[in-house]
Amino acid sequence: MEDNQPQEKPVTQMETQSPVMEKILPAIHIKMDNQKQVTSGTTQDKATCNRCGIISSKEFSFFYGNTCGVKNISMDIYPCMVTAIIGPSGCGKSTFLRSINRMNDLIPHTRAKGRLEVNGINVYDKRTNLVNLRQQVGMVFQKPNPFAKSIFDNVAYGPRLQGIRKKSDLESLVEQCLKDAAIWDEVKDNLNKSALALSGGQQQRLCIARALATRPKLLLMDEPCSALDPLATTRIEDLIEQLKKFYTIVIVTHNMQQAARVSEWTAFFCLGELIEYDKTTRLFTKPGKKQTEDYITGRFG
Amino acid sequence: MESSGTPNHMIDLSSSAAEFNRPLLLTPGEDLKGYILGHVGRWSLFTITSASVLAVLLIFIFVIREALPFLTQFSLTEFLTSTRWYPEGTPHEFGALALISGSLYVTLGALILAVPLGLSAAVFLSDIAPFKVQQICKPIIEILAAIPSVAYGFFAILVLAPWMQKNLHFSTGANTLNAAVILAIMALPTIISVAEDSLSAIGRDIREASYGLGATRAETMLKVVIPEAHSGIIAAVILGMMRAIGETMVVWMASGNATQIPSPWWDLSQSVRTMTATIAGDMGETPKGSDHYHALYAIGFLLLIFTFSLNLVSEYFLSRVRKAKGR
Ligand SMILES: Nc1ncnc2c1ncn2[C@@H]1O[C@H](COP(=O)(O)OP(=O)(O)OP(=O)(O)O)[C@@H](O)[C@H]1O
Ligand SMILES: [Mg+2]
Repeated sequence: MEDNQPQEKPVTQMETQSPVMEKILPAIHIKMDNQKQVTSGTTQDKATCNRCGIISSKEFSFFYGNTCGVKNISMDIYPCMVTAIIGPSGCGKSTFLRSINRMNDLIPHTRAKGRLEVNGINVYDKRTNLVNLRQQVGMVFQKPNPFAKSIFDNVAYGPRLQGIRKKSDLESLVEQCLKDAAIWDEVKDNLNKSALALSGGQQQRLCIARALATRPKLLLMDEPCSALDPLATTRIEDLIEQLKKFYTIVIVTHNMQQAARVSEWTAFFCLGELIEYDKTTRLFTKPGKKQTEDYITGRFG
Repeated sequence: MESSGTPNHMIDLSSSAAEFNRPLLLTPGEDLKGYILGHVGRWSLFTITSASVLAVLLIFIFVIREALPFLTQFSLTEFLTSTRWYPEGTPHEFGALALISGSLYVTLGALILAVPLGLSAAVFLSDIAPFKVQQICKPIIEILAAIPSVAYGFFAILVLAPWMQKNLHFSTGANTLNAAVILAIMALPTIISVAEDSLSAIGRDIREASYGLGATRAETMLKVVIPEAHSGIIAAVILGMMRAIGETMVVWMASGNATQIPSPWWDLSQSVRTMTATIAGDMGETPKGSDHYHALYAIGFLLLIFTFSLNLVSEYFLSRVRKAKGR
């Protein structure tokens, strides 16, 4: 607990810096409305940044039965930026990420404490509209989990739920999403093939395409590149670069270089606690904590 | 730990890493032992398996042999299309259509009641009920499948029949509806537990994928989970159907045993007689070797074909479930 106090410093610093932030970031306005609109390709969303985080966690803890997944996480995740979460295995990265769109609900005997706000709404409020939350907070899971349907139907699943029925709309949307996820060239000739017949890495990219197809405002990616080759990884990183113009992205990764490459902010978790949260450049060059330094240098050699 | 370490538990790095210290080839003794054990195991298991397969095959052959005199002497078309079943009349008449339709009536009636109920219960147990309820309900349902059918028969006669006469004003309590209801109750545990198993076999990750894209629970079940579990669900329905079509004691007690096709066809308050009940009822008082006796075997043969083909279909779907699990 006491360890935690100083770490919040960067966050508070951040908040005082907010006028600067506003200069850095284009003055735009995040719109998290319930409209089920899907405009293909170049979304003309005027995505922008509120002063405080689009995701704001306050003393958030999550429990699996009696074991603690994460405890006392307080951090703000800023819109239109990529935030990386790093940390050793089992430290609660997935737990935290999956709490943001309430994906842990399906696991029996789990319990959340504290506040976890998305766009100012505590998602663990009883009145949360889970459908709208999850439609706008997309997720790519740690393990690829395609449906036993065709490639096309996998990607079209989300848009269809939103009521898009017109074949031509669906086709162009699916094509765009598959292209964005760097898998179009491999599957364009057999979109009707079962998604289960793809390789693990292809399935993962399909899942990325599927998540993009709901046009989320916020994208949670749990080690999206762990099963991918360097080329596909580069393409996914390029995609992240593209997407952050309009979307907020939170990415869990074990690859330090990737975190350094793609993210503006980095959070370091250890044993369920947030150890340090800072601008990526600062965290990787001048980590404020011994633990962070050990972890980063341990990997960099 | 590693620096202070316990040397005898650690891999001895002083002997070159390239040297395997356990021989990769079997010694002659090991080879022989493996050979003998392998063959003894294989042959004893093969004998046991073939004995049980042979027993089933023998029953099949016996039924065919006893049915053959009838099938050669009497017209098969009359057997399958006539409703006149007068085995002891002069001349004998063996039209089994009413019996076949009786079996179909009660079986399909039972399915129409049991399938929607059973599937809803399976969906409830696998996805909606709290964990505790699941843990309690599943074993109870499996126990229900083990209640002897006579007990269900008593329930049909003593509870359901008077209730139907009193509240639905049926002329007889032992009728098609009664048999269908009681068969549905009997088939339910099978349908619920097999369908629930196949729904639970669809992993949580698939459900998460669907919820994560903004699907409601109903959409997730209808568009993802049930389609992916469809093989198991079909198998569940067929297993329930086999339970119903092969059931004897209960229909004997509940159906009223009148050799007729209800007319109008939807009037379930009339009595029917099933193939199984006919065999069980007539076999005791039929002289061995008579035409009637062989006719009963012909009915048995027909029943065997029904259940056998249902079994094949359910095997096909269950094997697809197994394949899907191993993906
Ligand atoms: N379904 C679950 N049931 C019970 N405990 C769980 C469950 N999932 C995770 N945990 C526990 O929560 C803690 C955090 O797990 P989590 O999956 O968030 O780790 P992680 O940081 O994502 O690790 P990795 O990098 O290996 O994916 C672990 O100690 C784990 O044992
Ligand atoms: Mg994880």
